[in-house]
Amino acid sequence: MSDPDHPSSDVDRNTPAGLAIDVVLFAIGLMMLLPLVFLISNAFKTPPELLAWPPTIIPDQPTLENILGVLHETPLLRWIGNTLIFAGISTASIVSTSAIAGYVLGKFDLPWFPVVFGVIIATSVVPFEVYMIPLYLNVQAAGLLNTLPGLLVGYLVMSFGIFLVRQYVTTSIPDELLEAARVDGAGEGWIFLRIVLPLMRGPLGALAVLAFFQAWTAFAWPLVVTTNKDTYTLEVGLALFQTGFTVDIGHLSAAAAVALVPSALFFSLMRRNFVRGVAGTGLKE
Amino acid sequence: MRSKPKWLFPVVALVPVLGLYACLRVYPIAETLRLSLFKWNIISRRKPFVGLDNFVELMSDPLFLEAIFNTTIVAFGVLVITIPVGLALAALINSRQGLRRSGFYETSIFLPHVVSLVPAAMAWKWIFDARLGPLNALIGWFGIPAQSWLFDPALSLVCLIVLCSWQSIGYAVLIFLVGLKNVPEALYEAARLDGASSFQAFRYVAIPLLKPVMLYVSVITLISSYNIYAQAFVLASDVQGAPGHLVRVLVLDMLENSFRNYRVGYAAAEAVVLLVIVLVLTGAQFRLFRDRSRA
Repeated sequence: MSDPDHPSSDVDRNTPAGLAIDVVLFAIGLMMLLPLVFLISNAFKTPPELLAWPPTIIPDQPTLENILGVLHETPLLRWIGNTLIFAGISTASIVSTSAIAGYVLGKFDLPWFPVVFGVIIATSVVPFEVYMIPLYLNVQAAGLLNTLPGLLVGYLVMSFGIFLVRQYVTTSIPDELLEAARVDGAGEGWIFLRIVLPLMRGPLGALAVLAFFQAWTAFAWPLVVTTNKDTYTLEVGLALFQTGFTVDIGHLSAAAAVALVPSALFFSLMRRNFVRGVAGTGLKE
Repeated sequence: MRSKPKWLFPVVALVPVLGLYACLRVYPIAETLRLSLFKWNIISRRKPFVGLDNFVELMSDPLFLEAIFNTTIVAFGVLVITIPVGLALAALINSRQGLRRSGFYETSIFLPHVVSLVPAAMAWKWIFDARLGPLNALIGWFGIPAQSWLFDPALSLVCLIVLCSWQSIGYAVLIFLVGLKNVPEALYEAARLDGASSFQAFRYVAIPLLKPVMLYVSVITLISSYNIYAQAFVLASDVQGAPGHLVRVLVLDMLENSFRNYRVGYAAAEAVVLLVIVLVLTGAQFRLFRDRSRA
């Protein structure tokens, strides 16, 4: 992201103006993180300390009571497991369907392909919420409510993925390479698996992170297709848990923090991949 | 080896994906359009065709009108915060580009965009909480009386705007930074030689060049705000189970009509309204882009 050879600005490195900008940005960065920091710190606070003003950032007497209590009260670990499986399969499906469809639409030339690609892109404009109800009715009719396949139905393909792969294939994979392999007698399946797929690692990596994130944060769809506590995803389980009558703020914060920390870490580590994917789409429920 | 026809591989490879698209995208979209013209309550065998009656009824349905009003306020509220703030932050970060600390700025501003919605909304819910929340304690220092942020109809909209802006700013900054990096250095040099201050250079060199990017981010921000649901769901349900003020947004109203009132045709009509809003916004974006490239 940053480009040290090319300081693209007229504010010199350590002038007073530059340092003033640093102070402002640092303060804003901390403010953006503050709600999340408080959430995590509340997870470790005792009930009296939760009421203290001003709120402490590092708990005086850190306690694990909240986290243990929540693990006892809710199937939190199970929800995490459900979400991992759901997001994992969704990612695998989106990556493989995008890879094959993007490659075929980018490198083969049948007369009806532009129409197919047009339809795929057109459906991407339609928000999921718009066609959720008929999809739900079908899932219900098939008896798939509260099942993993039912959950997955909304998250098996992604138009942006096909678009991304097609774009990459047409610009970065030369036709000559494929022709050479064909002349050598390679079959089309072999060419795709052994030559094209390894070349697409970059865009597919970005796509995988994006797809995982999309499934991990999915809300409206899992909320309607799961009605049984054991089949909730993490987001749904948490959202319904926090509507309960007797839950206290320490337990709520603990549950939210357990959900938040791994995803925040994962996305900080994957920032490069993620930025590449997100910059190409406005994907966010 | 040569005996297989050339079209065999692409067709065989594409068919499963097209099958998924047909079942999971094309069919349900068409079905939503169709259902919006029928009156149907899920259980009944009878499903009479009612033409545009659902849409006519929507136009005088106070709950739907409230939903569309709220959603519009939130969408444009988020927009007027996100674009200027995002632009200013991107400009500041861009001016510190290449320093090690700029990684911290980018990550901390971007992180709210990527963390899960529900835990993030729960964090804000505590901040806004009338009795325990730090926000009331903070304004108390300045002598402002405590507000019941999540119960008051107008204030709960403000809360929703704050939460959604906090999430969308990171995305705007990210896209603006990409845009700013594409502004040729020579243009800044030229402006500087003409005696422009760095603020003037930004205002008169970078901003005009960024207009298409700003338009793009605006449309994406509006579209995603029209689809909000999880944020409203979490903020509205009260911790202690007391009836919190429900911020009725479009998706919430639609799901309620469909799953609580069993009015599937009616809910489908609402979905069509949402689709029209999104199509109008997307169309406006394309149109403005085309006019720009022609001019």
